[in-house]
Amino acid sequence: MKSLGKKDIEHVAHLARLPLHDDEIDLYKEQLSDVLNFVNELELVDTSNVVSTSQTTGLVNVLRSDEIIAADILPVDTTISQADTIHNNLFIVPALLSKPSDS
Amino acid sequence: MKNPLSIQQLHNDLSNKVYSCVQLVDQYLENINKHNDDLNAFLTISEDYAYAQAKRCDSIIADNPKAFSEFPLLGVVISLKDIYLTKGIRTTAASKVLENFTPQYSATVIKRLEDAGAIIIGKTNCDAWAHGGSGENSDFGPSKNPWNTKYVPGGSSSGSAVSVASNMSLVSMGTDTGGSVRLPASFCNLVGFKPTYGVVPRYGVISMASSLDSMGHFTHTVEDAERIFEVTKGSDSKDSTVVDHKNEKQDKLDSKKIKIGLPKEYFVSGLNDSVLHTIQRAVEVYKHLGVEFVEMSLPHTKYAISVYYIIQPAEVASNLARFDGVRYGAARELFGSEAKRRIMLGTYVLSAGYYDAYYLKAMKVRTKICQDFENAFEGIDAILAPVSPTPAFKLGEKTADPLKMYLTDIFTVAANLAGVPALAIPAGFGDDNLPIGFQLIGPRFSEQKLFELGKMYQSKTDWHTRQALEGKSHE
Repeated sequence: MKSLGKKDIEHVAHLARLPLHDDEIDLYKEQLSDVLNFVNELELVDTSNVVSTSQTTGLVNVLRSDEIIAADILPVDTTISQADTIHNNLFIVPALLSKPSDS
Repeated sequence: MKNPLSIQQLHNDLSNKVYSCVQLVDQYLENINKHNDDLNAFLTISEDYAYAQAKRCDSIIADNPKAFSEFPLLGVVISLKDIYLTKGIRTTAASKVLENFTPQYSATVIKRLEDAGAIIIGKTNCDAWAHGGSGENSDFGPSKNPWNTKYVPGGSSSGSAVSVASNMSLVSMGTDTGGSVRLPASFCNLVGFKPTYGVVPRYGVISMASSLDSMGHFTHTVEDAERIFEVTKGSDSKDSTVVDHKNEKQDKLDSKKIKIGLPKEYFVSGLNDSVLHTIQRAVEVYKHLGVEFVEMSLPHTKYAISVYYIIQPAEVASNLARFDGVRYGAARELFGSEAKRRIMLGTYVLSAGYYDAYYLKAMKVRTKICQDFENAFEGIDAILAPVSPTPAFKLGEKTADPLKMYLTDIFTVAANLAGVPALAIPAGFGDDNLPIGFQLIGPRFSEQKLFELGKMYQSKTDWHTRQALEGKSHE
């Protein structure tokens, strides 16, 4: 039986950049373990020499000419219209690096 | 005036000037005002936009003698699952993350519908990000089943089904990633259509699981399902997965030359008696027309749910990674609990050390499921099966147990994994006045045959003409 621990959940939450509360960590520990135990039934299927399926269309390398279609370009003010914080027509993003400490 | 129940009836009424498109919009808005507080089908009502489109439709009818052939959906009042981007009309995916988001462009499908003359009346409630089988995962409260408001309408395209079933729109666009059109159609006495994967463009539809998402719709009749499909399908320079398959118009089928398979894996213990009887009755209708039925097997069916609940969350986690709250939308802590659960599950099965055991394994079993269908369709024209093991369940019945909720999709996910088309059709009622449907599943690109088979059934039955809210007054 698969049983995920608090550390597993915290690790996955970090990978997914998902802030979780402690009660959510406890809940997902149980629920994810349940689902993983259920899907483990796939071990029963013999898949030796089976090619994996990632898509069903059978299409390969759909190409088009590398052209700019003017009608598809949004004006700047439209593009930024849904952002909360804008400066000089630019999106303000959270800092990735922290400032070196002053001390 | 009485709302039309088919596009043909609408066009007859409009050309006979029984009502105008503006009056039609009046009527639908009146129904919305009357019922939406109870049923919670709509998240946004686009009243001004609908009236502007209705006026345009009325002037086309007045000026253009070929109006109805040039605009095949002229005057069709349509609602849209709130996951289709609509330029200038708020689009939330029923999530708090996008509560204040207004798209800058429209989905390809929406443009095609509008160009064909459809009138957009509003955006419908759904499970947030299309995650769910009941509609209860909406961040804005569940929709209610108009046949019995103690029950769920089915999900994830819950509000779309409710809006058509309660005459708040004539048709509705939903999305079907694991059954999200067919299930609510079956629970609400509607036709629900899921096209072959890659025939209707996904561009401008908020992605759930990109290898499974199919753009489907709700109607009362199979004929209307076909009319909508004729407009939405076809290649799109913005979605490179769309195959421009020439879907030749099917000649009238000779029912005596049709062979339909009944897969034994769909008739197992756990299948509710009323569902079983309904399916048997539907089979009898076809047999009377001379259709031959054979028992057959899709041996890997029982693994479909497990494959689906690995591949789908993996793709969900990847697609929802883009919501960072920087360029639009709110921060990630506003994801609801089901979205978080799927992001966590998907991230786990893709993470180092688990990819082979879960994701790769699931993709291999997916191949076996595809092969089951390919083998089966060598000897038969289509498969007939239940959409769901039970009729609609009660609100709150499954919300505490996600795994139990996931099993709701048990009869629908295989078609998505194999990328094949499926058509859900109303076929009767069980206890508590709850509708039951069956589904026809065909090989890839067999839409025309499914439509012909569906029309054949509807020409001999009248379940699809039963109305949820009219039924209420007889109780």
